[in-house]
Amino acid sequence: MPLAKRIIACLDVRNGCVVKGVQFQDLASAGDPASLARRYNAEGIDELVILDVTATIENRRALTDTIRRVSAELFIPLAVGGGIRAEADAEAALDAGADKVALNSAALADPSLVTRLANRYGSQAVVVAIDAKRDRERFAVFSRSGSAETGRDAVEWARQAAEVGAGEILLTSIDRDGTRAGFDCEMTAAVSGAVPIPVIASGGAGTFDHFHDVFTHGRADAALAASVFHFSEHAVADLKAFLDARGVPVRRHSC
Amino acid sequence: MENGARRTEDGRPSVAVVDYRAGNLTSLLKGLSAAGAHAFVSSDPEAIRGAAGIVVPGVGHFAATAAIDEGLRAAIVEGAGHDRPLLGICLGLQFLFDGSEEAPDARGLGLLSGRCTFLRGDVKVPHVGWNTLERKRDSALLVGVDSGAYVYFTHSYAAPITDACVASTAHGADFAAIVDDGRRVFGVQFHPEKSGEDGMRILRNFVALCR
Repeated sequence: MPLAKRIIACLDVRNGCVVKGVQFQDLASAGDPASLARRYNAEGIDELVILDVTATIENRRALTDTIRRVSAELFIPLAVGGGIRAEADAEAALDAGADKVALNSAALADPSLVTRLANRYGSQAVVVAIDAKRDRERFAVFSRSGSAETGRDAVEWARQAAEVGAGEILLTSIDRDGTRAGFDCEMTAAVSGAVPIPVIASGGAGTFDHFHDVFTHGRADAALAASVFHFSEHAVADLKAFLDARGVPVRRHSC
Repeated sequence: MENGARRTEDGRPSVAVVDYRAGNLTSLLKGLSAAGAHAFVSSDPEAIRGAAGIVVPGVGHFAATAAIDEGLRAAIVEGAGHDRPLLGICLGLQFLFDGSEEAPDARGLGLLSGRCTFLRGDVKVPHVGWNTLERKRDSALLVGVDSGAYVYFTHSYAAPITDACVASTAHGADFAAIVDDGRRVFGVQFHPEKSGEDGMRILRNFVALCR
């Protein structure tokens, strides 16, 4: 079997609690990132991303506690994003047990931060997150959680990010985020075809078909979603069976 | 426990993780602990000589291994292959060989013969993600691990398939995913501490050999 397409679950965390669309009936796990992580792991998720959606100074301690609790018994890759602004933020996340950090606005402001972190921890530990939105023929990059237009194009920025040392690109479609209307396959394919490193598609997951589309037409190496995995208790396993039946290579795990 | 004792009072074998400033070791230490070891990070040759097992970790560029000086190199090589199992992980596996085209001037440990090369083929490099192990023969590391098991990789260079290869993986071409020289020198190209239950089984198998 070839390299598997990765299914990544994103936990949007604020003050140590998962804040987005948790619909599990089991109240014990609702909102608790460590319980949710365990559950996803048991279902066969390939990787986890913790996104600190508040990312204020006061919350840094809560975040490292969350990373510590989530990583304590998980033996799959864990990435952390949101508010990684300087080397010290990355160091705190990695020391707490993260395997990768995702840089967004800070990398745009200072691409050499990517290089410094890659030199210190290896490129595999550095993900550059790109939030982009369609603007006529191009894909406009936004920073500061989608609030500030940068004047950059996603394909060109992804290429530069790879050159300065990023190990992966996490590409989020602002147009599709939260819509459940499907990933932006055209944008994902444009970026994936332009860089030698893996591209994780994000934004718009709503159905199993959307994952199939982004892995085929979108040429994504991995796909990330948050609330879609809360639809049912076995969403991750069911999604993998769906993709496997359609010829998309996915990891089948033993447990 | 003092670093250097081969076993803790509660019977956990001490495993030295060689520190040469190559990346973050938190996940690996956590994995080794969960696998039953008392894992400690050290760049002190005496502490490494005193351990029941040695792990050479590593991410990044082969040239980073230049930080392993002669004293450290001797401490790793001396015990290896006798009563002190050695496990190279990722770049640590590549370091067991003679060298790598990534840094032609850097000398590997030479415990296994062959040179590591860039992953070639019509595939994305670095090779990042979950891929399958194809078992070639039995190994103490592979007890309880099925052929076809998925493990997590992240690398651009790889070791050749030689007599020491006990499991291979394909990405562009086949490369050595697990090596075992039959004298307790082991290497894994993937990250067992991030490879779910199968990865943990491989770590437990290694720790069980350390005594």
